[in-house]
Amino acid sequence: MLGYILKRLLHAVPVALAVSVICFSLVQLAPGDPLAVVLPADASQETVDAVKAQYGLDRPLVVQYFIWLGNVVTGDFGKSIATGRPVLSEISNAIGYSLSLAFLASLMALIVGLSLGMLAGYTIGSPVDKVASAFAISGVSIPHYWLGIVLVVIFSVQLNALPAMGAGTNPDAGILERLRFMILPAVTLAAMPAGIVTRSVRALVAETLARDFVTALRAKGLTEVQIFGHVVKNSAPTALAVIGVQMGYLMAGSILVETVFSWPGTGLLLNSAILTRDIPLLQGTILVLALFFVAMNLIVDILQPLFDPRIKRI
Amino acid sequence: MSIVNSEGPQTATPISSLPVTVMPRSVGYWQSVWQRLCKDKVSMICLISLILIICASFAAPLLTSYDPAIGSVIKRLKPVGTEGHILGTDELGRDMLTRLLYGGRTSLIMGFVPVFLALLIGGSLGTFAGFVGGRVNAIIMRTADVLFAFPSVLLAVAIAGALGAGVGNALVALTIVLVPPMIRITESATTQVRALDFVEAARASGAGNLTIIRVHVLGNILGPVLVYATSLLSVAIIMAAGLSFIGLGAKPPTAEWGLMLNTLRAAIYSQPLIAALPGVFIFIVSLSFNMLSDGLRSAMEVS
Repeated sequence: MLGYILKRLLHAVPVALAVSVICFSLVQLAPGDPLAVVLPADASQETVDAVKAQYGLDRPLVVQYFIWLGNVVTGDFGKSIATGRPVLSEISNAIGYSLSLAFLASLMALIVGLSLGMLAGYTIGSPVDKVASAFAISGVSIPHYWLGIVLVVIFSVQLNALPAMGAGTNPDAGILERLRFMILPAVTLAAMPAGIVTRSVRALVAETLARDFVTALRAKGLTEVQIFGHVVKNSAPTALAVIGVQMGYLMAGSILVETVFSWPGTGLLLNSAILTRDIPLLQGTILVLALFFVAMNLIVDILQPLFDPRIKRI
Repeated sequence: MSIVNSEGPQTATPISSLPVTVMPRSVGYWQSVWQRLCKDKVSMICLISLILIICASFAAPLLTSYDPAIGSVIKRLKPVGTEGHILGTDELGRDMLTRLLYGGRTSLIMGFVPVFLALLIGGSLGTFAGFVGGRVNAIIMRTADVLFAFPSVLLAVAIAGALGAGVGNALVALTIVLVPPMIRITESATTQVRALDFVEAARASGAGNLTIIRVHVLGNILGPVLVYATSLLSVAIIMAAGLSFIGLGAKPPTAEWGLMLNTLRAAIYSQPLIAALPGVFIFIVSLSFNMLSDGLRSAMEVS
């Protein structure tokens, strides 16, 4: 098992490096001179060269990359152009908000997806299955930023039941008060993974029920409840893997939802970095989110064989 | 007693006395897929609504006399059903129906073009990688894997964010995001087909690589690739409008569904229905493509 974990970790290293190369190239993609914000328009060539040397921009790109990588590894992501604060501290202020939102949304998606998927898988072709499948395909197809707006219109504007934006300003707020702010964004974020989990669990359950061993269990006289246990055992690992990968997506894809709800997480940070063309902040946030995604995939890879011994530890 | 009778029923019966059974003309694969698809009500509803929305968007100047960019300050945020403005007006007093129709053009193009380009680029790279195999395959597939390490929305936002706002930049970003999945699906389909006996047989009978790719490989991977591309259209429409929503796609005063959702956000208190309208269209189009993809898949599964 330890060998398997090590192997997976080693596999993740080149992926993480490749991710860092792409993040580094983002700056090269950006149009305009990166020094334009620092230098006055009438700066002499000597000043330009001096500043270039100071920022290391006179070196070859490869060298610049390794210097940048070295800084990143030691936790130096540069400074935000807009606020002047270190990028890393901006990100660490925001990431907790995004994590808690992604966690709550994943939990909702898992509960809804598992129950609907089970129901549909057990009753393939029935009206129950049709309703569950319609819900699932809507969840996958809905533009979630629009769903967020609709939810705000219904629950904040019309019913005045839940806050429309932000995470609350009261630092001493209890958990319930905090949750009130999280409900709408989390539901919005959960729609798509709930649809995906429903669809995969439905297919899995239907497939499992059609397998010979279920017929054998029935022939041996097991009750439906006991058989249900076997079905769960066979489909839960995949559902967990799906939700694990989805959590990575939720963190990264939350930029739209966080913008709708002004939720002070990494998505909103990314949005403000884009609006103010704050490239160091953009680069740093994307790197952290992408590495989180790589890490989530790695964790799923490592945990899956623990839940599902059928998967070989290669 | 004639000789014919004594020899039993299997011998020479006059042709005219044979029972005539009219065999139905056999139909080709794609024709039978189309016939099965036509029998699926849900798929047909989706197909018809898509055709309607696409035609209405591109025939916008014929359907409305308003200009999508010109509004009137005194007619700001009129409710749905106002005389002369069936779907009301937006925050700058522009006719909503007109903007939704013209917006459909931008949004649909922003969804279609990246999928088409990804199909072209990713499809050729994937087919090539699958057909050639070996080291070339490894290089192409590992490169695609690197882009897979990014969640699609983040990659699109990252590229579009670095390039800056604009429809062109958004198209570039979306195409880069959609190419790797297209490579992966065509590569795996090609690898499967390449190993089949009929490819070996074609090669033995002297068919060249190009003929094999064109006739046997493309002919056999077209189905799954088409199903996948249809579902990608749904993703692309949502992402394209999403990029505009956060200010990375179309720029004002262009009419575009995602951008309209953004600029109408301030109106959710006064005119919630109008504020939500552009999203309804994104939802309908994306849902229709997804359901059509499902319908196409089951129509292709020959039971």
